[in-house]
Amino acid sequence: MHIFDNPNVNFLKWRWQALALSVAIIGAGVFTIVSRGGLPLGVDFSGGTVLRLKFEKPTVDSVVRSALPDPGNSVVQTYGAPGDNEILVRLPLSGDQTNADAQAAQVEAALKAANVGNFTVQSKEIVGPVIGEDLRSKGLWATVSSLGGILLYIWFRFRLTFAVGAIVATFHDVLVTLVFLTWFGYDISLNVVAALLTITGYSVNDTIVIFDRVRENQRLAKREPLEAVVNRSVNQTLSRTIITAGTTFLSVVALYLFGGEVLEGLAFTLLVGIIAGTYSTIFIASAIAIILSPKQAEGPATAARTPKRA
Amino acid sequence: MYKNLQWKLLVIAAVTGLAVWSFTPPSKKVKLGLDLKGGVQMVYRVETDDAIRIETETASEQFHEALKTDNITVGGVKVNGLLEFQVEGVPPASEQQFRQLAQTQLGQSFDRDSNGTTHTFRMKPNIAVQRRTEAVQQAIQTIDRRVNELGVSEPIVAPYGTTNDQIIVQLPGVQDVNHAKSIIKNTAILEIKLVESGPMSDEQTLLSSHGGKAPEGMEVVPGTSGARGDTTRVFYLVKRVAAITGRDLRNAKPTLDEYNTPAVSFTLNNEGVTKFTRVTGDNVGRQLAIILDGLVQSAPVIESRISQAEARITGTFTQQEAADLSLILRSGALPASLTVLAESTVGPSLGEESVRAGVMASLVGLGLVTIFMLFYYKLAGINAFVSVSLNLVILLGFMAYLGAVMTLPGIAGFILTIGMGVDSNVLIFERIREEMATKKGAKQAIAAGFDRVLVTIVDTHVSSLIAAAFLFQFGTGPIRGFATTLFFGLASNVFTAVFVSRTMFEFILSRRSAGSTQQISI
Repeated sequence: MHIFDNPNVNFLKWRWQALALSVAIIGAGVFTIVSRGGLPLGVDFSGGTVLRLKFEKPTVDSVVRSALPDPGNSVVQTYGAPGDNEILVRLPLSGDQTNADAQAAQVEAALKAANVGNFTVQSKEIVGPVIGEDLRSKGLWATVSSLGGILLYIWFRFRLTFAVGAIVATFHDVLVTLVFLTWFGYDISLNVVAALLTITGYSVNDTIVIFDRVRENQRLAKREPLEAVVNRSVNQTLSRTIITAGTTFLSVVALYLFGGEVLEGLAFTLLVGIIAGTYSTIFIASAIAIILSPKQAEGPATAARTPKRA
Repeated sequence: MYKNLQWKLLVIAAVTGLAVWSFTPPSKKVKLGLDLKGGVQMVYRVETDDAIRIETETASEQFHEALKTDNITVGGVKVNGLLEFQVEGVPPASEQQFRQLAQTQLGQSFDRDSNGTTHTFRMKPNIAVQRRTEAVQQAIQTIDRRVNELGVSEPIVAPYGTTNDQIIVQLPGVQDVNHAKSIIKNTAILEIKLVESGPMSDEQTLLSSHGGKAPEGMEVVPGTSGARGDTTRVFYLVKRVAAITGRDLRNAKPTLDEYNTPAVSFTLNNEGVTKFTRVTGDNVGRQLAIILDGLVQSAPVIESRISQAEARITGTFTQQEAADLSLILRSGALPASLTVLAESTVGPSLGEESVRAGVMASLVGLGLVTIFMLFYYKLAGINAFVSVSLNLVILLGFMAYLGAVMTLPGIAGFILTIGMGVDSNVLIFERIREEMATKKGAKQAIAAGFDRVLVTIVDTHVSSLIAAAFLFQFGTGPIRGFATTLFFGLASNVFTAVFVSRTMFEFILSRRSAGSTQQISI
């Protein structure tokens, strides 16, 4: 079975529209992010406390919230499957805290005293301001250096314009993923950043396959204009691009549906990243590479045919 | 027909066997991270300022004692903050002697700044740095001893972060997290000091006979009133310099006192015994205050010179508290206090749940991908299934062999390896299809397909490997698990997707007669 039998779509014809779509999505997303006061940082990066409590009997989250020492600043929500009786309590960094775990101890004591029901603490995640800041800077640094490393690698293997094209596409993927994470209400946690970094590596995969083909086709058709060569390369590898994205997507869907709540953010990031990555590979990377390439790349034959502009 | 086919099959069997042997049985051979096993992880900051302050105070006190011994009378010795202390009122006549003594006693660690009869001593910067580093190392060793005594299996106590004052403690499988935390953080500074007067119910009464303030070389220390849970304090006036400290202890263990209440019995080392004998011999009839973390626990009267090595701390301990205190005294005092910077606790039931979810997701992922490959590439899909499954087996074997820790994100990396691993198979199969479309026979198509595609496979893996490497650098714990499975999964994928897959094709073709080698199901 083949899904694409010798496709011949002029993808590059749509490059400006594709770029416009991307800019629109990212723009709308940035607007949402700014209006919400920044990226939705998970406790790993913002600092604070997250308690996952399992109650013996079904408990309403408002009951739990009212038992907290500082209900106004706390986020309480039901968690997991309905039968689990799990409640998530999230507390921001409290202003004056020497010991980061003091807040959690306070909350646990308050809940026990308020007699909201028997509960066990399934998990506790406490990040003080020092560590939170540490992780923020590490996370940013890791993303930037990963992008940088990949840029250098592609420059080394191909040429600078291709490298820039790949990096713009990858950067685009990261931005689009962040936008969707915000829209769907996922926190940026350590796991999510790990998934983002994976996407940078993965998204570049497809791009490399196309550039490989471009290089091979250029060798075989030296006088052909770059745009036509790139278009043909994208079409030739289309089958492979869609299918590999599809298989990776399938395995991540399994993770998203069956992997549990802790990994949900990571799985979602990968899902969006795979789609964005495929889209950017087909439309963005090649487009940028063409746009940035000098006009001579169009080949002497074309140059001769194109009338000089007055 | 195919050269070396037997040898290739042997290699594959050997590698598979080795991998399986490495991770069987999984419950013993595969190391689970805290998020899968349950347990607690803490990040502490060692307040190295404490250690510096203690050093400065001790140096000033010892210097003051030395001055008295040498009959140099000075106005006063005053500690001025963390790093410096001042000696005032040094008589000019004794100046020469003073300077010599200062050089001998303090020259190594302190710089002197003299102004008239006032001499200021400031800790040398490099000494301060050294003391800070030592404090952190000592804290690590002390916590390590305490954690080992708690009976935690495979704990980790190690330096952390870039500021040189952070420690990470990992306690897998710990159930009573609060107990463990209290044991770790307890500073447990034991001091035995000679009592001048007391106990009195308030400070003023205590000091009234001394002119309203503590005489030189003495200090006021609060104490417990005796009843359990009673927070009212009494006050003692004690000699500042301790006769015995925690460092003079050889051992400590829980015991019962004469009223059958839990107590802590401790034995002293040789130096401790000498000091103890002298103090008790010189001070029969007076009280010795046993002070724990700045609070007097009890102040028994010295009835006679005690030359034995054993003594007791009594107080209002429960059995657990006596056991805990003995443990902590045995491990030595923390050189500085600890501040909790971060904590991560996972209950064991959650850990088990996560493992189940991870395994389920992996199987579903593998299943979905295989169904697709069978559907799209027909029987060649079996080839893909075998190579991906083998990839996972080798990956697990690698991790078990290296002792790498499997975390929940690590399982995600596992699943990602399935998806990305099959990537390579797709690349190869597509190439083979292309080659067959140019009317080549199966044998040539397969050979050409594999040859052409090796470069691309390596290329596509390298960029993901770069990302995984940066991930490993940036992450700790769970993220490192993710980076590790991704990295080794991709690495072993080159082996399975190329070598194993090709061998399987060759094997299948070699079993057919010459005429029918023109077609394969792909």
